[in-house]
Amino acid sequence: MELYEFGVGQLAEAFEKGIASPSEALSSVLERIAGLEGEVRAFLLTDEEGARKAAAKADGLWLAARKGGTKPSALTGMPFVLKDNICTKGTRTSCGSRMLENFVPPYDATVAVKLAGSVLLGKSNMDEFAMGSSTENSAFGPTKNPWDTRAVPGGSSGGSAACVSAGFAPFALGSDTGGSIRQPASLCGVVGLKPTYGRVSRYGLVAFGSSLDQIGPFARSVEDAAMVFEAIAGHDPKDSTSSPRPVPDVRKACSKGVKGMRIGLPKEYFANGLDPEVRDLVMKAVLRLKDEGAEIVEVSLPSSMYGLAAYYLAATAEASSNLARFDGIRYGLRDLGAKDVVSAMKRTRSQGFGDEVKRRIMLGTYVLSAGYYEAYYNKALKVRRVLKDEFDEAFAKCDAIAGPTTPEVAFRFGERTEHPLSMYMSDIYTITANLIGIPAISVPCGLSKGLPVGLQLAARAFDEETLFAAAAEVERGSGFAGRIGGGAR
Amino acid sequence: MGIGRDEVMRIAELARLEFGEEDAAKYAKELDLILGYVAKLEEVGTEGKEALTHAQELVNVMRDDVPVEGLSQEQALMNAPARKGEFFLVPRIMDNSDED
Repeated sequence: MELYEFGVGQLAEAFEKGIASPSEALSSVLERIAGLEGEVRAFLLTDEEGARKAAAKADGLWLAARKGGTKPSALTGMPFVLKDNICTKGTRTSCGSRMLENFVPPYDATVAVKLAGSVLLGKSNMDEFAMGSSTENSAFGPTKNPWDTRAVPGGSSGGSAACVSAGFAPFALGSDTGGSIRQPASLCGVVGLKPTYGRVSRYGLVAFGSSLDQIGPFARSVEDAAMVFEAIAGHDPKDSTSSPRPVPDVRKACSKGVKGMRIGLPKEYFANGLDPEVRDLVMKAVLRLKDEGAEIVEVSLPSSMYGLAAYYLAATAEASSNLARFDGIRYGLRDLGAKDVVSAMKRTRSQGFGDEVKRRIMLGTYVLSAGYYEAYYNKALKVRRVLKDEFDEAFAKCDAIAGPTTPEVAFRFGERTEHPLSMYMSDIYTITANLIGIPAISVPCGLSKGLPVGLQLAARAFDEETLFAAAAEVERGSGFAGRIGGGAR
Repeated sequence: MGIGRDEVMRIAELARLEFGEEDAAKYAKELDLILGYVAKLEEVGTEGKEALTHAQELVNVMRDDVPVEGLSQEQALMNAPARKGEFFLVPRIMDNSDED
């Protein structure tokens, strides 16, 4: 087994015992990247020199620990990747956009500070400003799915998902506003977690929908994702929406099992539009949970299929206001030819933003404009309330909700770019967790036509423990842990 | 509903974007399609429901007002597309084009 195939837990153990050093692990992943990145194109930037320095420093810390010094945190020296909308001091953060092609943040995001002892390999590709489900909206070209390079990796955090799937890094961070971690995790056959809203600080995450955005990990096993979650979660005075609640020991929860756990199956999730093979694999995994002692209960979320519509109003409204900051004055692109300030802004924004971003800014501006606010925006927020009430009711009957992460496996490039709505449909099952702020995870549960299928679990707000306990059981049943994408060899 | 070319131009003005005629027509069509889809929200009964603006219903999170070091002027200016000394340089805001 090569070091690039090691997961987070396995590498941490190898570092601790001196079986391998962070520099050796780095060499292995760099070699892997050199071999395959030309095909996968998961990175927008790599920083080999910075990574070598960080690894050498970590070598020293693990060595000192073995000689009786203080043991460093488990992720020390671990190679990883950040989605390119997470600010890194001194390292370009482009959000996949021409607008920020030359933007170098003067500060670090809180998650980057928390992972300062790990080895940052680079910044991963994404749909521009996290708007999309395939990375096809990246201004710098799409990422390929490591399982089949003719297929999309999902999005918007497609680069991070592909990195972990291809063996470029044992873990990566992404952001999830409507499914942007879970959907690419599902399509690339890795684990992806969207934590409870407020669990992980958003400080330094370039904002898309501030009431929906959350940062979370990708990894090749549930326990690895648990380790990363524990490292990045927790209150941050720099993010007033981050929660002061203590972070649970989710790594321990991974071995708890599901005996007595009530798993809810929303009948609406298994209706029209779901690929039959995806349905079968998800149901098989659910039945294995039953064999392990879980109780399967039917629940109903009658309005859940309206979530997508509510989301596209709420999220675009927030986005139109968040992206107003890109005016070409303090940072980012500027059209220097304009004579007055308003035309400078218009020209800058028209050149800097891609199609989908403009479409969403337009929609958001429209629904917030006088005369439409009540009919669209406020209506969407009332539906959001209905959804929350329905989930509360469901969680009175069950501890976790299971279903498919996406209706289908990875689709081909170009298949959905012509029709924005067909692309949006890819997020139909993931979107509600963002609207109501609950944690949700995608775990691989098998292959359909050679491509990975993800099972999604959701739990009550701040109950990541239940989520990890159930997810680890799904993983034990599927035997998928640690698998590296097959196509890109 | 029907969003036309004029409506697209009006929204673009609000959003500080500009479109040529061809793009305006394309956006009008696409926005129409999306708004047609979201119109199905009308099917959901929301009478008596309060709008949910935020998943975690926090109120007024305060912290002590302790001064901490922020960005330096140089850091704040380092990404400026145009600057003059220690200022961001912007095009004219007031219309007095007869002066230099």
